[in-house]
Amino acid sequence: MSLRILVGVKRVIDYAVKIRVKPDKSGVITEGVKHSMNPFDEIAIEEAVRMKEKKIAKEIVAFSCGPAQCQETLRTALAMGADRGIHVEVAGPQYETLQPLHISKMLAKLAKDEQIDIIIVGKQAIDDDCNQTAQMTAALLDWPQATSASKIEAKDGSLQVVREIDGGLETIKVKLPTVVSADLRLNEPRYATLPNIMKAKKKPIKKLTPKDLGVDVSPRIQIVTVEEPPVRLAGAKVENVDMVVEKLKALGHA
Amino acid sequence: QSTLVLAEHNNGKLNPVTLSAITAAQKVGGTVSCLVAGTKCGSIVEQLSKATGITKILVAENANLHGLLPEPLAPLIVATQQQFGFTHILAGASAFGKTVLPRVAALLDVSPISDVTAITNSDTFVRTIYAGNAVLTLKSNDGVKVITIRPTSFPAAPMGDVIASSEASTQTVNSSPNSEFIGQELTKSDRPELSSAKVVVSGGRGLKSGENFELLYKLADKMGAAVGASRAAVDAGFVSNDLQVGQTGKILAPELYIAVGISGAIQHLAGMKDSKTIVAINKDPEAPIFQVADIGLVADLFAAVPELTEKIGKK
Repeated sequence: MSLRILVGVKRVIDYAVKIRVKPDKSGVITEGVKHSMNPFDEIAIEEAVRMKEKKIAKEIVAFSCGPAQCQETLRTALAMGADRGIHVEVAGPQYETLQPLHISKMLAKLAKDEQIDIIIVGKQAIDDDCNQTAQMTAALLDWPQATSASKIEAKDGSLQVVREIDGGLETIKVKLPTVVSADLRLNEPRYATLPNIMKAKKKPIKKLTPKDLGVDVSPRIQIVTVEEPPVRLAGAKVENVDMVVEKLKALGHA
Repeated sequence: QSTLVLAEHNNGKLNPVTLSAITAAQKVGGTVSCLVAGTKCGSIVEQLSKATGITKILVAENANLHGLLPEPLAPLIVATQQQFGFTHILAGASAFGKTVLPRVAALLDVSPISDVTAITNSDTFVRTIYAGNAVLTLKSNDGVKVITIRPTSFPAAPMGDVIASSEASTQTVNSSPNSEFIGQELTKSDRPELSSAKVVVSGGRGLKSGENFELLYKLADKMGAAVGASRAAVDAGFVSNDLQVGQTGKILAPELYIAVGISGAIQHLAGMKDSKTIVAINKDPEAPIFQVADIGLVADLFAAVPELTEKIGKK
């Protein structure tokens, strides 16, 4: 097979950074904060690269939407093995109300323009925790979807996909073209090596606007407030197991 | 306002998240209807009809819904919304709800709202972002609101004596030529189901191996508890992913949560900090888990857990 794969990669605040809410409650502080590729999107890229290594795929296009710094996220994807990048620049207040629906419309348009066979994205981004993009892109294209994938096997113009569901696993078969979202156990993403990082600098990144893709990014939501979560008051530490048992008894649990 | 709640079931048993979604739907205001779609709906309709707060149950029983794949199900939900003019579509934020509802939303050209924890009014909703580290209140500008709700944030609608009326859906259900359901493999366990258990014993990287989880199974069995794990323990290969408690795993709110050898990473806390009582056992006194624990014990878990197992339940 010689498939063309489109992978969505989102630039998010690094998972190890402690999130701080802006004093005016309009959002979280992003200035001067370390960002990296959404971890689930790293898994998505890795899966695409493995398909190329197995000669299932012939080309991988990485897509990212957001401010100028998304180019760094795309460079990471290129260093991991993507062939070229597409950056749709959206910044400022427009970016703050950008929703997975808008991204899905961009992915759907690009899938048609680039004659894509498989779109792979992470199952959710660790900033907005939406878990929507794959499902919506599939709907817009009228393609089947295989979300929360933990195993993918390509055969005869189809993918057999094992999905993570509540309490176990589900196996489905989807015909190409299709949209897949990557879950934690799908693979372990590689680290980009220095020679590959150098090579990635020469790979092309095309810059587009939402308008180029015919996508209206007007807000679908208004942010009312972004606040700190309620703080849970910790109780006291106890000295030994007997005291744990005693306290649990008092609560009716022992 | 009128809300359509998508019932979740396995063609035999109603998933209790549906009852939480009914409670959430009542906060929207207006009437609440339920859609039961599947290949065998009879017993589900019977179970659901006693739930208080619903006025009507629509039943779409069709062989094309085998495996409840989103490809045939989403157009059915959209057609049902258009037939009755529902202003809101709700489901639980379970694997099923998350699979189907965004697809419905895209077909309606609306922006779905995932994992809602509170409903302020018919267009304003509260949800967490950044793994529970910030709380977003948002107002939706869309005509139809498509929402998944976090089941632990809404109590189950009680069962009453009034029987809601049910009627067969008049919509056709097309087969999906591009997707095929092959099968499901659910983890079998004699212990209670993690999402609905009243007591949960959870282990982290401090357990050091999968074999050592045996210590937790003994304690759990003595307490009638379910067993969970942190993402670190899952990533280390100690236990399977379906035990994972946290933002990317299961979000729980049991009566009692016992965290053993869990440091308390942000993403784990997001999955369990709504538990009524939290017990933490960890040898590191600085572990962040102690900041949320009601009962904290700084101790070596390999000594403390067997001792707790022995002493608990003794008069």
